Amino acid sequence: MTLSPEEIHAKAKAAFGEAVGELQPPAKDAFFTVTPAKIREVCAFLKEDPSLAFDFLEDVTATDHHPKEPLIRLVYHLFSYRHRHGIVVKAELPRDGASLPSLDPVWKAANWLEREVYDLFGVAFEGHPDLRRIMMPDDWVGHPLRKDYQEAGGYFDITNVRDSALVEFRRMDEAVRAAAEKSAATNATPATPATAPAAPAPAGGAQVH
Amino acid sequence: MDELVIQKLGPLSDEEMVLNMGPQHPSTHGVIRFVVKGDGEVIKVALPVVGYLHRAIEKIGEIVTFPGFMPYTDRADYLAAMFANEGYALAVEKLMGLEAPPRAQYCRAISCELNRIASHLISVGTMGQDIGALTPFVHALRERETLNDLIEELCGARLTYHYHRIGGVAFDVPDGWAEKTLRFLDRFERILDEYDRLLTWNEIYVKRLADLGVIPAEMAIDYGLVGPNLRASGVDWDLRRDLPYGCYRDFQFQVPVGKGWVGKVGDCFDRYYVRILEMRESVKIVRQALEKLPAGETMHPKIPKKVKPPAGEAWARVESARGEMGYYVTADGVSEKAQRVRIRTGSYLAMGVVEPLSRGMMIADLVALIASLDVVAPEIDR
Amino acid sequence: MQTAADQLIRSLFHQDPGSWPWTQLVYLAFMLAAGMIMTTFAAVFSGTLSWYERRVAARMQSRIGPNRVGPAGFLVWVADALKLITKEDVIPADADPILFRMGPYFVVTGLVLTFVALPFGDRIIAADMNLGLFYILSITALVVVGIIMSAWSSNSKWSLIGGIRSAAQVISYEIPAGLAVMVPVLLAGSLSTQGIIRAQGGPAGGSFFEIGGWPWNWFLFENPMAFAAFFIFFTAALAEGNRTPFDLPEAESELVAGYNTEYSGMRFSYFFLTEWANVWVMSALGTLLFLGGWQIPGVASEAVDHSGWLVVASVLVFVVKTLALVNVVVWLRWTLPRIRVDQMMILCWKYLVPVAMGCVLLTAGWIWGESVVPVSVISGFHLAFFLVAGIVPLVLFVRQTFQNLRLVGDRVDLTNW
Repeated sequence: MTLSPEEIHAKAKAAFGEAVGELQPPAKDAFFTVTPAKIREVCAFLKEDPSLAFDFLEDVTATDHHPKEPLIRLVYHLFSYRHRHGIVVKAELPRDGASLPSLDPVWKAANWLEREVYDLFGVAFEGHPDLRRIMMPDDWVGHPLRKDYQEAGGYFDITNVRDSALVEFRRMDEAVRAAAEKSAATNATPATPATAPAAPAPAGGAQVH
Repeated sequence: MDELVIQKLGPLSDEEMVLNMGPQHPSTHGVIRFVVKGDGEVIKVALPVVGYLHRAIEKIGEIVTFPGFMPYTDRADYLAAMFANEGYALAVEKLMGLEAPPRAQYCRAISCELNRIASHLISVGTMGQDIGALTPFVHALRERETLNDLIEELCGARLTYHYHRIGGVAFDVPDGWAEKTLRFLDRFERILDEYDRLLTWNEIYVKRLADLGVIPAEMAIDYGLVGPNLRASGVDWDLRRDLPYGCYRDFQFQVPVGKGWVGKVGDCFDRYYVRILEMRESVKIVRQALEKLPAGETMHPKIPKKVKPPAGEAWARVESARGEMGYYVTADGVSEKAQRVRIRTGSYLAMGVVEPLSRGMMIADLVALIASLDVVAPEIDR
Repeated sequence: MQTAADQLIRSLFHQDPGSWPWTQLVYLAFMLAAGMIMTTFAAVFSGTLSWYERRVAARMQSRIGPNRVGPAGFLVWVADALKLITKEDVIPADADPILFRMGPYFVVTGLVLTFVALPFGDRIIAADMNLGLFYILSITALVVVGIIMSAWSSNSKWSLIGGIRSAAQVISYEIPAGLAVMVPVLLAGSLSTQGIIRAQGGPAGGSFFEIGGWPWNWFLFENPMAFAAFFIFFTAALAEGNRTPFDLPEAESELVAGYNTEYSGMRFSYFFLTEWANVWVMSALGTLLFLGGWQIPGVASEAVDHSGWLVVASVLVFVVKTLALVNVVVWLRWTLPRIRVDQMMILCWKYLVPVAMGCVLLTAGWIWGESVVPVSVISGFHLAFFLVAGIVPLVLFVRQTFQNLRLVGDRVDLTNW
């Protein structure tokens, strides 16, 4: 039977009390917050309870609230194929030393999803069987999806910084113009009047490169 | 750099060797890499290494404006860009609390289903190619060319469409396009029969795929498989039918589910054949949509020039060619840019299932398994 | 070779070469010339086949195929060969340079040597050895040596797996191939290639429809065992030639390119020269063993021996039959998927080898039976078997073709290339 977010939240609240926060007013997708340390127990309950039966972990992701709050919020999207209802569970973590229990024992899908969060947000998952970086190389510095992430400027010898293409075009234009002026200046004092008028400078950056 | 992967493989015995498959390998469907520990041909374990195509699309989503991000979604899954467009459009529309007009929704459904056929054609064709049959691939590409022509006429692009916009679609259906599409669909149904005769029931092909890489229904759900991969495992679930979005509740169509046609339910052949059957259903949907196409606007009239949704967060999902594609978009109500854009894709989690399934396979089987999961590298890495 | 040279010199110069001072040198020159012709034939044929295969493949795949160089793109293989020859011969840094260089030569040598005992028509053969078939079967093993050599020395894991696959495959499939070949050998009572063809000429002094290379005189329709042996031989020959569905050693979707992954330029082209020329070898073997070789329908083989024009006709007959088989090989390649390595082994050892063995034993029994049973019974069975095994499949094939054409509807075009 499909349950509304209020009913789902009520069941979770009844089972875990303080660890489960209030249901946020369902503006778009209703969610409630769970104490990070309890996330595995709550999720296991949500999965095992026959009236809830959240068998499908749709997504695990995080949001960084850097300038406003020193928080990273983990966002779990759960869905039940059997009852066709869904809920969003969140967990609030401090930005420094963010860590919480892994959901891998509950849903296998959490394995790869949490690896991505670990890689891009730097959230450590306790009890994760294979916590390695997944998108970035193993020796990458920093976690790119954090709001305060600064690019290091390159990776070994590969630079990821370059001048704006506009700057380069402007430079090429100026070079062309300078060449045209120069040829115009040499042609301005011809030895014989029969000399052809100044040829237009070759188009494009052919001269420059 | 690879120490962690090697460490994960564990110690090697005398007979075992490490085989590095990819990222430049003919049949890893893009730049995906597998580190294979094997005893000759038999794989002990294959570890997928992804990220070679990571373009940080989610980070870009925080840098560009809401409509400005739409072209980037094309690049998230370039074989089925319509779905990526639609998912993002739906998420932002949900944030803004509006809905596309009916004609736009029908245009979306038509373009998406055509795109689904095009994407499945690639999947089916490369499946044959990875098994060693080179001809079906070219036949599949031939039909895809016609589809590309149709889609080009509709939206001006052949691969990265940028057709769905926030609040509607970019262009209306051109004159005479519906007739052309119907002509193609008539022909295409016969071509599908041809694929069955040429490839599907070929004895070698069946023997190669039957009982290979079996994913039971519980495992498929547990590992978060979606779309055709999930349905092939016998889970009767399709967002278009069960949680209809857009105009899908107007259409009559079947949802093909894996039946274990030649072996166990959820083997590679089921994953292949479910896609063939899905193409037939897509043909049906396009026919119905073209027939019922309502008159009216193709763009919501109240879309401002500067899209600035109220603060909140939205989770929207569409049934893409590679299964459920979810967009999680948050806005703070002040900025024209999203605070966070998250794309949940089918291929990414499908890769997670490779490691447990690969144990005991042969190298040729691994290629078939990857092909049957229909993973696309840009969708994995985004 | 010596007799042929003697005959030629006698007819051209009206002299007995035996009386010449440097006779051995003359014979040596003849052998060199014959060797050059064989090698050139192998190279030209494989080039032509590469063009033909690409045209057929393009036709099957709704493409155009090579059509720029020469008429209908025919000269594209010359252009390809020139390109490959002028390319840099890259040898990987960690490869074994000597073995790496030698591998392709072994492969090509093993192939070209088979042409020594392959006939092209009546008496058109480099050396009609009385162990001809045995020689061909054994000399092809040299190809495997070359493949393993190049695979091992490449120092690449893909090459190595391809090489090991190739070794396992070729060595395994030589057994059913050898056993299947024994069936026509038993029927003909000869290991000489010409002897086997001559044995398919019908009874001496028969009527027009009894003598010569009519299909009912072929060993293919001689008895059910020979019929089965033909298909076993053809399957095994496909496997030995690394052709689809047995192209596992160079399975491009699994092993990048198999044993020739690290090769480039001319050495790379040697492997492909071998592969395509091998198609000729396997088809010619199939023709001479089971399809009546160069026997002309209605003409006794003795008559061919005494007429120059009939020799030319015999060459034509042989080449046409062989090319028909080559065409089938090409069709198969662009139709079938590839089987897996364990399935390949299972097919060989569990099915082909026992069936081939049974065929050989039953054929021995058949030959004994022929001496016991009255001739009328034998010829009656012969006719009935020809109808069942020859006509019925042909009718079914034509019917299926028309059925498929009807299903496809428009767009019917039956050109092969």
